[in-house]
Amino acid sequence: MTDAATTPPDPAAIRRPVLTGPHLARRYAAERRFRLYGLAGIAFAGLMLLLLVGSIVQKGYSAFWQTYMEIEVAFPAVQTLNPDGGAPTEEQIRRSDYLTPLRDALKEQFPEAAGDRKQRRMLYGLVSPGADLALRDMVLADRSLLGRRASVWIKVSDDVDSLAKGHIRRDVPEANRRINDTELGWFDTLDKAGRIEARFNVDLFTHGDSREPVEAGIYGALMGSILTLTVTLLVSFPIGVMAAVYLEEFAPKNRLTDVIEVNINNLAAVPSIVFGLLGLAVFLNFFGLPRSAPLVGGLVLALMTLPTIIIAARSALKAVPPSIREAALGLGASPLQVVTHHVLPLAMPGILTGTIIGMAQALGETAPLLMIGMVAFIVDIPQGFTDPATVLPVQIYLWADSPERAFVERTSAAILVLLGFLVVMNALAVLLRKRFERRW
Amino acid sequence: MSDATQVATPAAGAPKAEATGASTVAPGAQAAPAAVKIVARDVNVFYGEKHALKHVDLDINENEVTALIGPSGCGKSTFLRCLNRMNDVIDICRVTGSITLDGSDVYDPSLDVVQLRARVGMVFQKPNPFPKSIYDNVAYGPRIHGIARSKSELDAIVHHSLERAGLIKEVHDRLDQPGTGLSGGQQQRLCIARAIAVNPEVILMDEPCSALDPIATAKIEELIDELRENFTIVIVTHSMQQAARVSQRTAFFHLGDLVEVGDTEQIFTNPRDSRTQGYITGRFG
Repeated sequence: MTDAATTPPDPAAIRRPVLTGPHLARRYAAERRFRLYGLAGIAFAGLMLLLLVGSIVQKGYSAFWQTYMEIEVAFPAVQTLNPDGGAPTEEQIRRSDYLTPLRDALKEQFPEAAGDRKQRRMLYGLVSPGADLALRDMVLADRSLLGRRASVWIKVSDDVDSLAKGHIRRDVPEANRRINDTELGWFDTLDKAGRIEARFNVDLFTHGDSREPVEAGIYGALMGSILTLTVTLLVSFPIGVMAAVYLEEFAPKNRLTDVIEVNINNLAAVPSIVFGLLGLAVFLNFFGLPRSAPLVGGLVLALMTLPTIIIAARSALKAVPPSIREAALGLGASPLQVVTHHVLPLAMPGILTGTIIGMAQALGETAPLLMIGMVAFIVDIPQGFTDPATVLPVQIYLWADSPERAFVERTSAAILVLLGFLVVMNALAVLLRKRFERRW
Repeated sequence: MSDATQVATPAAGAPKAEATGASTVAPGAQAAPAAVKIVARDVNVFYGEKHALKHVDLDINENEVTALIGPSGCGKSTFLRCLNRMNDVIDICRVTGSITLDGSDVYDPSLDVVQLRARVGMVFQKPNPFPKSIYDNVAYGPRIHGIARSKSELDAIVHHSLERAGLIKEVHDRLDQPGTGLSGGQQQRLCIARAIAVNPEVILMDEPCSALDPIATAKIEELIDELRENFTIVIVTHSMQQAARVSQRTAFFHLGDLVEVGDTEQIFTNPRDSRTQGYITGRFG
């Protein structure tokens, strides 16, 4: 071997790896490049995410605030409500007229507008269309208001709200502006007097949908989403896990199970609207379940989520080392005991991850719900699984379609709530996974 | 599972008379006074098309350590796994011939495999404690077989099993710690404790020391020697020294054939077959 260094290399000689030279530099450069590509990829993805969330937050944050104005209202006297004398009943309070006191208060505030019919209409338009109902609610909460003059804060209309939030530009010619110069003057007068205030928009989270932007909230859609996802989870999780456990642990490996496996994988790639059609045909037409109901929506989404859960659960079960199964079998555990005592608990983190991915998908799904009538304008808050309901993504779609300027910010706000819902769900999954996680 | 309690007493009154005559089949076996626990006759194992074990006849004596040796892929582990039907788990595996445990057929379709495995315990090549506490690892078998009637009884079983496995001194103050946190040798002894907690009659060991260092190996070997009093042990090993140290009888497998079986001393000093001779002297394998 010593003479290999001196004599020209013959094929039989031992060749050792060359540790210097250009190929080494090339190797280092390739590694550096590869790492750089990875970094660039992550940076790009992060930038896109930032852009997306940034633009939504920028558009939507103002929807969490609602402008209120202070006004002195003369509440109706007890006698007008109850001519017989004595305390008015709740029914009488509800049926009483609050629009006139409200309008009187506005006219009192700006007497110069009171004489002209057109100006009066503009004046009445300063406050939100539901303002008189807000007065009613105040009386219901505090009956001592009756017959008194009191300063109250009420919501302004969506246009004034937009003006207060700076969405309406003052330098635009009056004819092209939603708010004319007179209204602008009134607003500025109130603002200077400290009678305009932005408050947290509680109604956004406590109201159902409405044609009036200031009255519209996402509570109905949120409840609809929660109810729908509850059904989805309750149906798809047990069925999915059972199917996965059977296929992975008990089913004989033959052509039939191969066919089933291929079909499950294919189902995961079926466009979601097809599941909607299936739901329409089976759940609505055949079983006669109610339209627009979270029950049906949940069932349809469960069908869509099943393949995702089954695939994730199977791979989680596969990842449990066979030595654990052997150990339990060797001790005389029955196959069912092996699965329930050892394999399933160990696979649970993976199964939960898959389930959450499936649920997140279901949460954002609109297309299948289209077919079963969950794309509808529904004002009432759904109270049960068979009440008509809509879901968050559908609500976003409906609002995005609305012409009012005030719905733009509400659309973004609803998206933020949807994203928040997702984050909460994922956090829950991570928490559960941490609890179940065991090392082996 | 209620009738599982009867397995709790190890090898109590095992029928011995019928089995003694059968031991003559093993070539070269001396007329040992030991009772025969397991009788294998004409055992063939196929993995799909592959004929992994060919016409094996082997007797395993009670309260003795029987070592199965041979080069890799010779079928010794396969044979071991036939004894408690662990091969059932493998879809393509097919077993023919007969294996009887105390005279009853192990492959009888009416036999409950779960009961069989409670009588024939197993320790695997790689320590495989459950990802649970040390206590739960040992208590698992007694729990599923309903051996302990109360918590204190279960405690006693766990304690006693760990003691017999020589592990109690090292773990008595951390029974609630995960079994996976122990060292390799401790894990393997935990697995042995887990196996003997259900008081099987036979313990199968599939290369129990192959993943351990010499000191841990020595401990396990010592343990095997002690366990012999109460259990019948079949051990697969790659180390001929180990076979010589721990076993009373040795069977040499080669390419799926049982080449030779006999007293360990005889196999290692005076093998009859040239292949055995070649293997134990290190010429191949």
